[in-house]
Amino acid sequence: MATPTLDKTDAAGTPEPGFADSPYITATFRIRRFNPEISAEAVWEDFQLEIDPKERVLDALHKIKWDQDGTLTFRRSCAHGICGSDAMRINGKNRLACKTLIKDLNPAKPITVEPIKGLTVLKDLVVDMEPFFQAYRDVMPFLITKETNEPTRERLQTAEDRERFDDTTKCILCAACTSSCPVFWNDGQYFGPAAIVNAHRFIFDSRDDAGEQRLEILNDKDGVWRCRTTFNCTDACPRGIEVTKAIQEVKRALITRRF
Amino acid sequence: MPAGTLYRGREGMWSWVAHRVTGVLIFFFLFVHVLDTALVRVSPQDYDKVVATYKTPLVALLEYGLVAAVLFHALNGLRVIAVDFWSKGPRFQKQMLWTVVGIWVVLMIGALYPVLGHAAREVFGS
Repeated sequence: MATPTLDKTDAAGTPEPGFADSPYITATFRIRRFNPEISAEAVWEDFQLEIDPKERVLDALHKIKWDQDGTLTFRRSCAHGICGSDAMRINGKNRLACKTLIKDLNPAKPITVEPIKGLTVLKDLVVDMEPFFQAYRDVMPFLITKETNEPTRERLQTAEDRERFDDTTKCILCAACTSSCPVFWNDGQYFGPAAIVNAHRFIFDSRDDAGEQRLEILNDKDGVWRCRTTFNCTDACPRGIEVTKAIQEVKRALITRRF
Repeated sequence: MPAGTLYRGREGMWSWVAHRVTGVLIFFFLFVHVLDTALVRVSPQDYDKVVATYKTPLVALLEYGLVAAVLFHALNGLRVIAVDFWSKGPRFQKQMLWTVVGIWVVLMIGALYPVLGHAAREVFGS
């Protein structure tokens, strides 16, 4: 007993100041459920849970799935806003569940969570993304060059040339923009903002030689001209891409043939 | 499948909705306008009768609505042109919309007397 030790039994019993108040609140999540094996109709289901408002909607969905109802179905992979799996309509607006804090949503009222619009719902919050990715593939989102031989050194580009399409390189293909577009809701044939953003990324790349081809693809009746500049896509983009601006630049490139 | 909630769009989406609605209203007005003007070739007396009904207070109120629709559609149309052709247009779309709404309110106040003055005298006496 030579070494004096701190008696910790007291400290463990009384919480430190500031920790006395529980950070947890009771929030209601009103989730749109759909299971084609049970009913052809989608229904709203409320879940109440104790949660720290500094947590994200994705954490709440996890808590519901793990503790309350294991049948709740949604997509998520990285859970950190990069993979683009968990785009959903939260309180009427497209967002990533993993980037939306509960405190930013007014948890006093029920928080609604729905699948994104315009794509076929498969189950609960999972939609069929195939039409979305097909439009993406249709704009040829890869580098196309004229030379047939592979170069022996890097394809160089000035900082200004790189800056030209910097904004549209940020896309994570979450479909928040495309499924926020009223034109896309009414006509799934429309290429949609995401495909145009990814075409923009190559059209304005000085190293790419297929800009003309991509512009012709988007000159289609279901191409850029369907855009009605509602700016829903720009508001919805979790990466802050100025989507409508990119679409307008493609439109102007089609008129002036300068890009 | 029952619809979900209304998409919570912002200024851009609602200005687009208003642009569509006012556009359709103006189209209906033009349709009626062509019909009533064409009536003068069929029967000038009937034409006079129809035009006389246009002087009633109710139609004056509808005319004020028409002014509202045309003004919004015209001003927002200029905004849409700026968004399409001005490289900085998309970035300033919200500011441009509120400018449009501001000018629209001023012009609507200005149109009060010329459009509704006659109807007001008729209803409330001069």
